[in-house]
Amino acid sequence: MTTVSPSLEVERKIPFWKKLGRVPWTWRITIGYLTVMLFIPIIAMFLKASTEPPARFWAIATSDIALATYNVTFVTAIFAALLNGVFGTLIAWVLVRYDFPLKRLIDATVDLPFALPTSVAGLTLATVYSDNGWIGSLLAPLGIKVAFTRTGVAVAMIFISLPFIVRTVQPVLQEMEHEIEEASWCLGASQWQTFWKVILPPLFPTILTGVALGFSRAVGEYGSTVIISSNTPYQDLIAPVLIFQRLEQYDYSGATVIGIVLLLISLVLLLAINFLQAWARRYDSR
Amino acid sequence: MTVDKPSFHSSASDTHTAKPKEQKSWVPIVLIGIAIAYLALVQYIPAINVFIQAFSKGFGPFLSNLTRPAFLHAAWLTLLLAVISLPLNTIFGLCAAWAIARHKFPGRAVVLSIIDLPFSISPVVAGLMIVLLYGRNGWFGPWLQAHDIKIIFAFPGMVLATAFVSMPFVAREVIPVLEEFGKDQEEAARTLGAKDWQIFWRVTLPSIRWGLLYGLILTNARAMGEFGAVSVVSGNIADQTQSLPLFVEDAYKQYETEAAFSAAVLLALLAVVTLVLKEILERKTSIKDVE
Repeated sequence: MTTVSPSLEVERKIPFWKKLGRVPWTWRITIGYLTVMLFIPIIAMFLKASTEPPARFWAIATSDIALATYNVTFVTAIFAALLNGVFGTLIAWVLVRYDFPLKRLIDATVDLPFALPTSVAGLTLATVYSDNGWIGSLLAPLGIKVAFTRTGVAVAMIFISLPFIVRTVQPVLQEMEHEIEEASWCLGASQWQTFWKVILPPLFPTILTGVALGFSRAVGEYGSTVIISSNTPYQDLIAPVLIFQRLEQYDYSGATVIGIVLLLISLVLLLAINFLQAWARRYDSR
Repeated sequence: MTVDKPSFHSSASDTHTAKPKEQKSWVPIVLIGIAIAYLALVQYIPAINVFIQAFSKGFGPFLSNLTRPAFLHAAWLTLLLAVISLPLNTIFGLCAAWAIARHKFPGRAVVLSIIDLPFSISPVVAGLMIVLLYGRNGWFGPWLQAHDIKIIFAFPGMVLATAFVSMPFVAREVIPVLEEFGKDQEEAARTLGAKDWQIFWRVTLPSIRWGLLYGLILTNARAMGEFGAVSVVSGNIADQTQSLPLFVEDAYKQYETEAAFSAAVLLALLAVVTLVLKEILERKTSIKDVE
């Protein structure tokens, strides 16, 4: 058997490493494409960063302006993701448990930030939340400026990360057995007690997964945040914009170092999300 | 409201279901209100704003904005980007999905995570990686210059960036469908003497078609809408390397708000079409997953 077809039953019994010699063409395309598109670029970036002496690397990565952008990027993203953690869970709850007019439409439009190009999102958020925009003009008399400030960056991050939380929590909530709640009510628990002691604990890892996914997206977000921010250093300059500015000045090592910091953080987040998902799944087996 | 989907609604008639001790009828209304208010502030009002701003001066100025050469060129480029990156990612996605769904091997979860990587990498970092590879001082830079091939600040770089950010969608959507579908029918076809190719066209493809279509729509939406990665590698030269999302930002920065919103409306319509098709296909595949 020279031409190996991937679905043959026999193949499963041969250990993976022995099959390497006769890799099916589907694998070759997969690995080839991943190598060209993903692995080589990532390796190139790490190699470029490694040409910097460690001391200089550290100096660039922790320079004042870089630290300020991390502060704006990560702290704002955590705030946005946590706020969405609360409201996203509430939205998922409402969509799963209650019935109301236009529910299907609202359910479908939760995905809008996935589908709407980020520059359009940034453009319209900047307009709506500007001092003479629909919402911004209501906030301006209260002394709250949103567009072109860090608050604006938070609004863009909230917009972009909301569906991650809703769409992660929703299916889990859907599958949750209602009998447990009823049992809790029969035993005399109030709605509030039932929510805190019966519903929330098994849902918590899932909510955290959603928050982590939203956070990871908010940290990397560029299109909407760059438009709604004034990109002033030490105020509302986010890390991706700093990379962009470094590139525009042909400062490749500066861009690479900050890029590596962002890349490492997304890798750590990816691990955390996988761990959280495994944790959430443990409740299934019970 | 179906019987098997109970809620906190307190209606006096359904006394046979268990109810909390302190049943409060206003709780659902308040929660629904908060949910809709939050969604309105974050999503609905901004979304409606796109359409109203675009037509604020009437239909005439809107149309004249859309016939500007810079706009037409940007729209054409956006279309081209989607047309090129769509088949690339489809071939990759189908191969990856087949390879992963039809094999159980150690490290399968790792491979799945690797395929998801482009989602978690910031688009700007993705663009940066492409610049570091193909830019003037990049790995392939000298070779490319010697052969007079321009990738960065040119169309090929934009294709690479677009393909990168929209890479995982097809694989992501097809893997669960393939797994659920199982390989019994494929094996039956094989026993009856079908070739690999025949099995793919006649057995596998028909069964995964909705999942595949769903993946294609998401790939297309991301490919047409990508801003960050494309913006890094394109140089954003009007009439040359400006895709529609870049045109939106550029027009906005030049204080041509109306032109920006006119182009934004088209992209917003793309989003609406995507959502509608997504909803239809979701019902057909009954998959609800993040992205």
